[in-house]
Amino acid sequence: MAVTQAANKRAGSPSAPGRIQLERRSAPALDETEAVFDVENAEVFYGHFRAVRDVNLKIYKNQITAFIGPSGCGKTTMLRTFNRMHDVIPGARVAGKIHFHDVDLYGPEVSATEVRRRIGMVFQKPNPFPKSIYDNISFGPRVNGVSNKAELDTIVEKSLRSAALWDEVKDRLRNSALGLSGGQQQRLCIARTIAVEPEVVLMDEPCSALDPIATARIEELMRELKSRFTIVIVTHNMQQAARVSDRTAFFTAELDSKNDQRTGILVEYDVTAKMFSNPSDERTENYITGRFG
Amino acid sequence: MSQSVLHPGLDLRRKRSWRSTKSLLMSVLMGLSVVAVLIPLIAVMYAVISRGAGVMFASFPEFFTAEIPMISRKAGPGMGPAIVGTLLATGGATLIAVPLGILGAVYLHEYGGTTKFASIVRFMTTVMTGVPSIVMGLFIYLTWTMKFGYSAFGGALALACLMLPVVISSTEQMLRLVPTNLREASYALGASKSRTIVSVVLPAALPGIVSGSLLAIARAAGETAPLLFAVGAATAYNPHLFTEANTALSLQIFSNATSSFVAAQERAWGAALTLMTLTFMLTVIARIFTARFALKR
Amino acid sequence: MIDLRGKSAHADRAFRWVAVGAAALVLLVLGLIAVVMTDKARPVLAEMGLDFFTSTRWSAPDVLYGALPFIWGTLYTAAIALAIAVPVSLGVALFVTQIAPRWLKKPLVYMIDLVAVVPSVVFGLWGVLVLSQHFGLGRSFLTAGIILAVMITPIITSLAREVIETTPASEKEAALALGATRWEMIGATVLPHSKGGLVGAVMLGLGRALGETIAAALVIGSALGQITTNPFAPGNSMPAVIANEWGEADDMHKSALIALAVTLFIITIVVNLIATSIVQRSMRRSRGKV
Repeated sequence: MAVTQAANKRAGSPSAPGRIQLERRSAPALDETEAVFDVENAEVFYGHFRAVRDVNLKIYKNQITAFIGPSGCGKTTMLRTFNRMHDVIPGARVAGKIHFHDVDLYGPEVSATEVRRRIGMVFQKPNPFPKSIYDNISFGPRVNGVSNKAELDTIVEKSLRSAALWDEVKDRLRNSALGLSGGQQQRLCIARTIAVEPEVVLMDEPCSALDPIATARIEELMRELKSRFTIVIVTHNMQQAARVSDRTAFFTAELDSKNDQRTGILVEYDVTAKMFSNPSDERTENYITGRFG
Repeated sequence: MSQSVLHPGLDLRRKRSWRSTKSLLMSVLMGLSVVAVLIPLIAVMYAVISRGAGVMFASFPEFFTAEIPMISRKAGPGMGPAIVGTLLATGGATLIAVPLGILGAVYLHEYGGTTKFASIVRFMTTVMTGVPSIVMGLFIYLTWTMKFGYSAFGGALALACLMLPVVISSTEQMLRLVPTNLREASYALGASKSRTIVSVVLPAALPGIVSGSLLAIARAAGETAPLLFAVGAATAYNPHLFTEANTALSLQIFSNATSSFVAAQERAWGAALTLMTLTFMLTVIARIFTARFALKR
Repeated sequence: MIDLRGKSAHADRAFRWVAVGAAALVLLVLGLIAVVMTDKARPVLAEMGLDFFTSTRWSAPDVLYGALPFIWGTLYTAAIALAIAVPVSLGVALFVTQIAPRWLKKPLVYMIDLVAVVPSVVFGLWGVLVLSQHFGLGRSFLTAGIILAVMITPIITSLAREVIETTPASEKEAALALGATRWEMIGATVLPHSKGGLVGAVMLGLGRALGETIAAALVIGSALGQITTNPFAPGNSMPAVIANEWGEADDMHKSALIALAVTLFIITIVVNLIATSIVQRSMRRSRGKV
């Protein structure tokens, strides 16, 4: 198995048409850069309950992809399949093809910790560790083998600068992270995530616990980070999706005729500008215009 | 004015009825039961402090340093060897039971969860908490002291058996308070499960774990029955953990309490004050940790 | 080139096994206690048979070991202790939760918890040198019962407090809104609501009283063969006999004392298990998860 994987890798990733990211948000069509994730017929189960089914989509490099949809439609569930966060939930199971570049994320030799080092996550509620600001940021690098003090200092400063937090906290790096405001805590969590230099940053409703001003700062930050990271964001806020994302996936929950349970499905996935101006599916249009959800 | 002029029937004044009298009576009884609890506490503390301090300061600091008189009717200090013995046995027990207890709790909460094995262990931990301390003492006598002889370590083993289930259940409770999202944050940074537990979960729960462990240590330090058959009855200093008979404050109180010699009884009070100071101090430190933990949440 | 294979899996697995080992230690120790103790108790049970539990004669020189007086003494002192401790604990728990003003609550709870920290040997010392001498109680069942009552009160109180505090405020307010007095409110909502948990709390106190050794050994009087309901008579209890006689016991005598310990072990464990299951069930129910 390992041999074939290695062989695949040697064969090279599928040719990436346009590596250069162009800021063309107004245009209806967006260049398809290299696909980071390739999902085919993905399903997630919690025990016997099927939470999501039949998801097919590609996430493109250095773009912001938004997952929107009503509560219980499986968008967070889908997001968590990308860095194997379901592994820590007893009874959760993922089926279908979920490839990270050309590697099967759920392949037999794949380690969840290796996956998560490359694919970071920012959570709904800011969750700084009850440690100092410095220790929060340096935790990831340390876990991944960086022990040199000077190197850590550099990483901490760089990450905090990237998260637009440096100027606010540079004089109190040794203070507890719990003393920061909610918005600052969330930016700290973003800084902590990018400190390990992941390729992808998953964001699970990162602004839902924040006020509008803090939300605006995070959105600004996301646009800045896009050049370095691929971002997938789950949001309840349609305006937010419209404001920040390049592509939008609309999920909804549908009654499964087989077992009378509501299962999440992907309704439509397209360039954001098109999704919000001219969606092809009626359900998307209803949701976006506020007739449903 | 609680009586209406316009409506003569409307009278909201308190009426004295059997119902309200009964309620008052019961409240008084509840207050009296508080007094009933506090009386013995105050009486014991008064006796221990007044009689213990007398002995302690009559020969200060020899009381803490001198060896125990071999002839118990002889007046005078001290309790030095018993203090050392108590510290050895309790310290040894702490070194055994606290790490093992924390690890056991880590298994129960972080790995076992609701699996069958974890449920059995949890159930047996409850069972073990209820084992009378004298039974632990006999058990260690039969499995350790009979082969290796008296030593402070035997006492430490018996105390560790008593502490282990207490540390496990108090630590598991603390781990339960650590929010899941901290664990997820750590996993999302690529930390392994063991790394997450060691670097995130345990530090977050640390004040609570320390507090619970200190309370367990305080109780162990005051125990007598488990030491009775394992430690021996030395009167001279024995700083060795593993060899030779030792003694402990609680053992000295026990043997001197029933002595007919006033001098021995006096030493028992002095030892009691020393032991109570030790256990109270541990309890107060535990409380401080709890309070700091409460602030953080 | 992306390599997602695990690198630190070994350390992870090792840590897990260490934790499993620590947890399994509980099973190991309990298993060893059961095996070792029953093994050493066998000689006397072979010699005495069921007479060990029914005979009232305990005489080492005659190799006669009838444990009934000690079983009786254990149960009787525990009963006295409960008779004192239960109403007092309940009163304290109700006072702290229903009556005490906020500022008094915390210091009161601290004080009561402090009682639990006093080493039992110190209570024993006070019992033998103060209570039994200056209050004319002598060394007797009653003295032992009082000391045990003092020792188990904080245990029962703190559990009772926890249970009582789970009574929903809405229920209490409903009772008060119907014009009930405070006591009627307690009788109508608090007590029925926490009945199960209170029974469990009392059982846990009982378990502690049965196994308490040192305080009882000091004040119970160490009389042999007494089966009497006279609370002022000196008596003996299982743990006290073990503590007092072990030092000069020969092999058969030791076996008899171990058999006593096994008996005590079984009784306390049964009591504790019933207690925990009652407490857990009532706590679950009061949290609304039946």
